[in-house]
Amino acid sequence: MNFKHKFVFLFPGLFVLIGILIFPIIFTIRLSLSGWNSYTPEMNFIGITNYIRLFTDDPRFWESFFRLSFLSVTTVILQYVIGFALALMVWREIKFKRFFRVIFLIPMMTTPVIMTVIWRTFFHESLGPVNDLLGNIGIKPILWLSDPVIAKFTVIIVEVWQWTPFMFLLLLAGLLSLPKEPFLAAAIDGASPFRKFVYVTFPLMAPISIGAIIIRLIEASKIMDTVFVLTSGGPGTATETSSFYIYIKGLREFQMGYAATLSFTYLVIMIISLTIIAKVLTKLMIKE
Amino acid sequence: MKTIKTCVTALISALLVFSPVAYADKWSDQFPHIKTTGDIPGECSYESMSKKDYSGKTLKINTHAVPVMGEPTALHAEQFAKLTGAKVDVTHTPAGDLYAKAMVPFQAGQAPYDIVFGFSNFINDWRRYLEPVPKKYVEMKQMQDVTPSHIGVASWDGVMYQFPVDGDRHYLKYRKDVIDNPEYQKKYKADTGKELRVPQTWKEYGEMAAYFNDWDWDGDGEKEYGSAEVMKKDDLMYAAFYSRSAAYSKNPKTPGGFFFDLETMTPLINNPGFVEALTDWVAATKYVPPGGINFGLGDEIGSFGGGQTLFSFSWDDAFVAAMQPDSPINNKVGAAQLPGAMKVWNRKSNSWDEGFNQAPFFVWGWAVGVAKKSKEKEMAFDYLCFFANEANHQADIGIGRFGVNPFRNDDFKAEVWTQIGWDKDIAESYVDTLAKMEESKNRVFPLRVPGTFEFNAALATAAAKALAGQLSPQAALDEAAKQWNDILNRVGKDNVRKAYSVGVAMEDNKL
Repeated sequence: MNFKHKFVFLFPGLFVLIGILIFPIIFTIRLSLSGWNSYTPEMNFIGITNYIRLFTDDPRFWESFFRLSFLSVTTVILQYVIGFALALMVWREIKFKRFFRVIFLIPMMTTPVIMTVIWRTFFHESLGPVNDLLGNIGIKPILWLSDPVIAKFTVIIVEVWQWTPFMFLLLLAGLLSLPKEPFLAAAIDGASPFRKFVYVTFPLMAPISIGAIIIRLIEASKIMDTVFVLTSGGPGTATETSSFYIYIKGLREFQMGYAATLSFTYLVIMIISLTIIAKVLTKLMIKE
Repeated sequence: MKTIKTCVTALISALLVFSPVAYADKWSDQFPHIKTTGDIPGECSYESMSKKDYSGKTLKINTHAVPVMGEPTALHAEQFAKLTGAKVDVTHTPAGDLYAKAMVPFQAGQAPYDIVFGFSNFINDWRRYLEPVPKKYVEMKQMQDVTPSHIGVASWDGVMYQFPVDGDRHYLKYRKDVIDNPEYQKKYKADTGKELRVPQTWKEYGEMAAYFNDWDWDGDGEKEYGSAEVMKKDDLMYAAFYSRSAAYSKNPKTPGGFFFDLETMTPLINNPGFVEALTDWVAATKYVPPGGINFGLGDEIGSFGGGQTLFSFSWDDAFVAAMQPDSPINNKVGAAQLPGAMKVWNRKSNSWDEGFNQAPFFVWGWAVGVAKKSKEKEMAFDYLCFFANEANHQADIGIGRFGVNPFRNDDFKAEVWTQIGWDKDIAESYVDTLAKMEESKNRVFPLRVPGTFEFNAALATAAAKALAGQLSPQAALDEAAKQWNDILNRVGKDNVRKAYSVGVAMEDNKL
């Protein structure tokens, strides 16, 4: 067989890679060096003007980035803890195990936008049922969507509800694939359930946990639909995240060049920070 | 013979007299939407459209989400399809995305939509991609009745780019059954020492709204609140802020710009007039319903139209919704011009001018145009002409959720409104309010410059930060002014000045 023939088989994959990954990134970089907007709709070249603007004169982007970091880290930690607890619960032999497994997965199967509309109705301060119920037990209406601090936690509640099942699913699959021998050995040694969890289950689950956390962090860092529907980034800019801010600049204000700058910078930051997080988690959770 | 002659004459006379009604019956049977008036003869009436044949052709429209403007677009598309045989595809888009949904293909040189709906202040950015309205439509009878200010809205440099389908302005809506109630007048006087009346100033508005907040003043077992306002950042809240600012900042003694000083192009939005308005608005967060800080236009319409608040100010929709027969406050509401202020900022003397000042804000509103690259321009203009024909227009303006508001001289007659069930005094106060705004010499028109969207978004974000307590009113508006300067530098001061001068000329009554 001619050695060159193998490249023929690689070309289709290479073309797809160039088409769907390399080209959009290169195009985004080129667009970020232009001043394309509603009044100059052309790919002109303005050098690094947009980057200078981003690093010297756009605190809103950085605020939205730190807000996003808080929201994504908090939601993923909560999802991990709750998802792990639920997975452990249905991993054991309990009644209606299959029923619970299905029930726990339902939130993930629903459409995020539709569910967020329903959550927004729940949390509507004057017409929603949550404040109505609280009112019945003498609690004053809570400003779920209008208070800058509480609104962040409302977003967290919705995100945790929606995506904990994903964590649950991955962790349950991990638990079901664990070898039985370490647990038998621990039982013979008379280990308590707590010690079994700390010294057997958790370490064995570490690689899967890291994978699940990283996958969810990547997803959570793109949070957009929940914020868009629930609060529109408000009140003020209290729940505005990076992706929502980029959307506003690009598709609301039509600053395409600047939005490309934000997107590319955001991509670089995410690649670096997620690589660091993965390394740190591996160091912390996996003992040699 | 004489009897026969008499009978024939009577028959012919009857046919002549009732022939329009005969048309009306014919079309209103098929299209109940126009049951009140029937078809009204004209170049784009039901009768005229039925003679067109667009079979095998497809018209593509991008419009707003249902119901505001989206519902009448879809309804008239269905009617147009039945009459002409055309296929009409209607796409519904949220308000915040209308601009980009048209601009992306416009800039790419494509025309996925023949007709695009948006706001009239998009005109400067959109006009190079829109087909001017052909002369035959501009000269039509139905167009002759459009008020001069709305012809001006739809045009740029004398060329009409947007087909008039709507006419908008902000005005005050109030609960007549409370404000005119002698018992409440007495109680308010006793408690505050002040008169309960239609608020003349924003300060009075705030005092009354705060007084009638968070208690059941209409005896329906539910709490009511002071005011419903559009405070949600991305939902046209900038327009609400301009309405509140006009009285404090539009000084008839200082022509030459409301948003910018036309000579220097210095943003004026952080001057003490605007700051005073934002300070009032921050105080208003205490007398809106719970969650009112997140109210978009739909919430505002639902809240006031559903009887939840004493006051509201924005477009006609909430008022018309409140006046619909199924409304709990039908015929219990009144209309008045936006409140004024007892002082107005003078940017020349850098001080307040004492004395009453009032300035109506013409928000203009929905606009629609035909894409220059469309292959179905004739059909597209026929559709728009049909949308706005007299029968459809009269039916549409009576349905609050449609968002179609008066823009024709005929709309300013009380009979138009009494025939759909409004009380005579309410109809008169309504048309009087609208007419006085048209006549005012101290009007504010919205910004129509390159980058309008950026300017308004920057202002809205800053105002939203103040409402949420993230920044003080002065700090928020300083931030907005800084951003306006940045945008000016990017777009070019001269470009903005050139476009802005058209609006200023209208405000200064030179056009």
